[in-house]
Amino acid sequence: MTASLRLRRFLLLLAAPVLALVISLVAVTLLLLAIGNSPGETFQTMLRTGTQPNAVVDIVNKGTFLYIAALAVAIGFKMNLFNIGVDGQYRLAALIAAGVGGAPGIPGFLRLPLILVAAVLVGAMWAGIAAVLKITRGVNEVLSTIMLNAIATAATAYLLQDGGLGVITGNSIGTRPVPESGWFPSLDPIARPLLGAFGLTPSPSKQVYGFLVVAVLLGIGFWVLVNRTRFGFDLRATGANPSAAVASGINVKRMILVSMLLSGAVAGLVGMPLLLESSGHNYSQNFPTGIGFTGIAVALLGRNSPIGIAFAALLWAYLDVTTAPLALFGISDKLSAIMQALILLAVVVAYEVVRRTTAASEQRRVARELGDDTAPAPTAGVEMSKASRAGMPTDKAESADRPGTADTGTRR
Amino acid sequence: MDRAPASVCPGHVAYRARRQLITASPSAAAQPTSAVELRGITKRFPGVIANSDVNLVVRRGEVHAIVGENGAGKSTLMKILYGMQKPDEGTITVNGREASFSSPSDAIDAGFGMVHQHFMLADNMTVLENVVLGAERLHGIGAKARARIREISAAYHLDVEPDELVEDLGVGDRQRVEILKVLYRGAKVLILDEPTAVLVPQEVDELFGNLRELKAEGLTVIFISHKLDEVRAVADTITVIRRGTTVTTVSPADVTARQLAELMVGSELPEPTLGAVTVTDIATLSVSGLTVAGIGRDLVHDVSLTIHSGEVVGLAGVEGNGQAELVEAIMGVRPATGTVQLAGVDISGWDTRRRRDAGIGYIPEDRHRHALLLESPLWENRMLGHQTQPPNSRGAFIDRAGARKDTVRIVEEYDVRTPGIEVSAASLSGGNQQKLIVGREMSNEPKVLIAAHPTRGVDVGAQAAIWEQLRQARAAGLATLLISADLDELIGMSDTLYVILRGRLVAQVDPATVTPEELGAAMTGAGEAA
Repeated sequence: MTASLRLRRFLLLLAAPVLALVISLVAVTLLLLAIGNSPGETFQTMLRTGTQPNAVVDIVNKGTFLYIAALAVAIGFKMNLFNIGVDGQYRLAALIAAGVGGAPGIPGFLRLPLILVAAVLVGAMWAGIAAVLKITRGVNEVLSTIMLNAIATAATAYLLQDGGLGVITGNSIGTRPVPESGWFPSLDPIARPLLGAFGLTPSPSKQVYGFLVVAVLLGIGFWVLVNRTRFGFDLRATGANPSAAVASGINVKRMILVSMLLSGAVAGLVGMPLLLESSGHNYSQNFPTGIGFTGIAVALLGRNSPIGIAFAALLWAYLDVTTAPLALFGISDKLSAIMQALILLAVVVAYEVVRRTTAASEQRRVARELGDDTAPAPTAGVEMSKASRAGMPTDKAESADRPGTADTGTRR
Repeated sequence: MDRAPASVCPGHVAYRARRQLITASPSAAAQPTSAVELRGITKRFPGVIANSDVNLVVRRGEVHAIVGENGAGKSTLMKILYGMQKPDEGTITVNGREASFSSPSDAIDAGFGMVHQHFMLADNMTVLENVVLGAERLHGIGAKARARIREISAAYHLDVEPDELVEDLGVGDRQRVEILKVLYRGAKVLILDEPTAVLVPQEVDELFGNLRELKAEGLTVIFISHKLDEVRAVADTITVIRRGTTVTTVSPADVTARQLAELMVGSELPEPTLGAVTVTDIATLSVSGLTVAGIGRDLVHDVSLTIHSGEVVGLAGVEGNGQAELVEAIMGVRPATGTVQLAGVDISGWDTRRRRDAGIGYIPEDRHRHALLLESPLWENRMLGHQTQPPNSRGAFIDRAGARKDTVRIVEEYDVRTPGIEVSAASLSGGNQQKLIVGREMSNEPKVLIAAHPTRGVDVGAQAAIWEQLRQARAAGLATLLISADLDELIGMSDTLYVILRGRLVAQVDPATVTPEELGAAMTGAGEAA
């Protein structure tokens, strides 16, 4: 029965996102009809774009950093900590890592490790501020991380000034480019032949991020940490029932600190593929922002599970990439945002519905499987009090075993 | 809805028949004598039958008690009476007229009023404001309402002052406000759900006085409880409900509390007893000068006690007198001053996990809040609180196979009724959840067990099983601190018994000689303890 129970749970788990996707597709179809566009044409364009070799690479690359951002958020979510600050954490981390990576005089072989360590440390530190505030002063992490995002925006602007970490080239300002020794190795030598085998050879400048490997490793690490370690158990227990966690001996304050630091550390890596594998190899004014917020949505969609988040990140990236050319057909490229929002809305509702149905159906199943047994059968009690049997009026015992007594019988 | 015609006809026929009877007999009153009649009430929830063929006749002007175990179907029955649930089958007759309630407001219109077990009062508002809330149309919210409250209060001797703040009132007063609330809305039939659960014995007496006043004024009281002595003291008629169906209706004069309990359970009752003395002179847990500071006065003040190996130390007290805080301080969950020693080692500075790992088992008083991950499978719940100990973990990693295997063992040894260990804790009944918790806390050979209300809200079968486990562990040398609201359990299961009042240990009584009445008096500080 265990296997069937697990299968049921798995199918129910799958039902929610699929249902949400279908609902949002229907809604988008209606929306397109309402504004006078042809849904068929729109979806066809999206599907066609989605099979272009360059678009495929874009989707994978975008999915990579979205995945890392969502993992960072999910670590907090596992214990009901809402790290909204991933956005500020990755931007500040990327800027300082870029500053470190662009600094002259660093031996080549040390450059990449130093950049990554700097990113991880800055991300962890920035998240750690929120953790310390929560532990010592009880400041809600939602508020503190939102404010830390704002501070990060101001801080990056300040640090990026000419004379600080910034250098003016043309009419744009950015950090010194990271020399080639600090670049992250591309996955192109493996990915290109692989894509070629499916007839999807992208143009030479489109290369799959080597950071994809890091993302996969982080996902595996996340899974092991959460599901297989004592720390992960404590994390989940604290999220599921904080007061029971305290009673069980979990040091909740320590858990808050450690999980926020971990979340921030992972967040620090979000900007790395953009810094080390994109054309400029520096942090400029045009460095993408808002990935941290998207990460929250992706984590929700992926239900904080490393595999779920992978699908969610790819779906998100797919929608972003394939809706881009729609503007050429006079359809707003905001369609992507609308679809994403609808999916998210539908999925959150669907998850809650599925969660409740699962719980209710399980309770019913248990009640059914114990059907003959539901009544308290105090065998131990009977054995223990055999001595007092003499004091029990037998006629009463008999009438008690018959539902409906003489009283109710005669009145009928 | 499709059932409506089928159920209306017999009821209607019965009603007409009764009318004929009444008119034929000149001495009969103009109204039927029953205030409420339930006939053949059945309520199914998917997978379970909560009520089946429930028959209940409540006469006008009586206190009618409905007794039954937890989960016997009392609350479903109550919800049906109060319009919160619609029965699948059967009829409800109010004052000889068939009624159909689809919401509590229908029930209120029909003259029903419910006093919930957990008070539904806004603490920061006055009695007047609480009473008129939602009933503003009756007498407004001003002088007229105030006068009406005074009038009701005087008529039934409720002694409620309309302008007092609810937060300044004691538990008994709050309950009277709840009663006044339903009377204010014109209730003729009062349903009281476990009204004595939150009261001390003296307040219970006052409540019963009030109920008699209500009865004298011709009101009807339906009293739901499982405290049998109280039921026998106040009720005119007792209906026993078991496994969802009404088993019998008896008069309190005809049954003893024990017989009533056995009717409730359907079999004979276990008794809390300890057997041969196993107390040794090895002090396993010593608490000295333990103080938990609160706002104003200490929640726990200068408590010292020693629990020996093989000893059960009982702690009697009305809830809220520092028991919970004392337990939390011993477990290291709540900061406290004073010392706690485990087998001679000062553990005052240790955190909860270290204390647990050193051999203190803990059965918290509120299993849902403090002892379970309701949505997690049983084997993960087996790990909770013992995640650092074998067989649940190896180093930094959890040992899923080990935890699962040991959960199977607990399920078997402690008779946890479950189809498997992968189901969520939420899907088990309260008694089975508690057996799992007891099994878990006994698993790693604890030296000390802190058991707060270990049998609260569990059926008698589970209760007997848990007592037996406590006895066996005591014989094996466990030192147990037992906290309970069930005085029979405390007296029967304790080697040594202390009374806690306002955070202080005020008396030590001999469990061999003390009666529940004497213990109850000591708990409220009335009179000197034995």
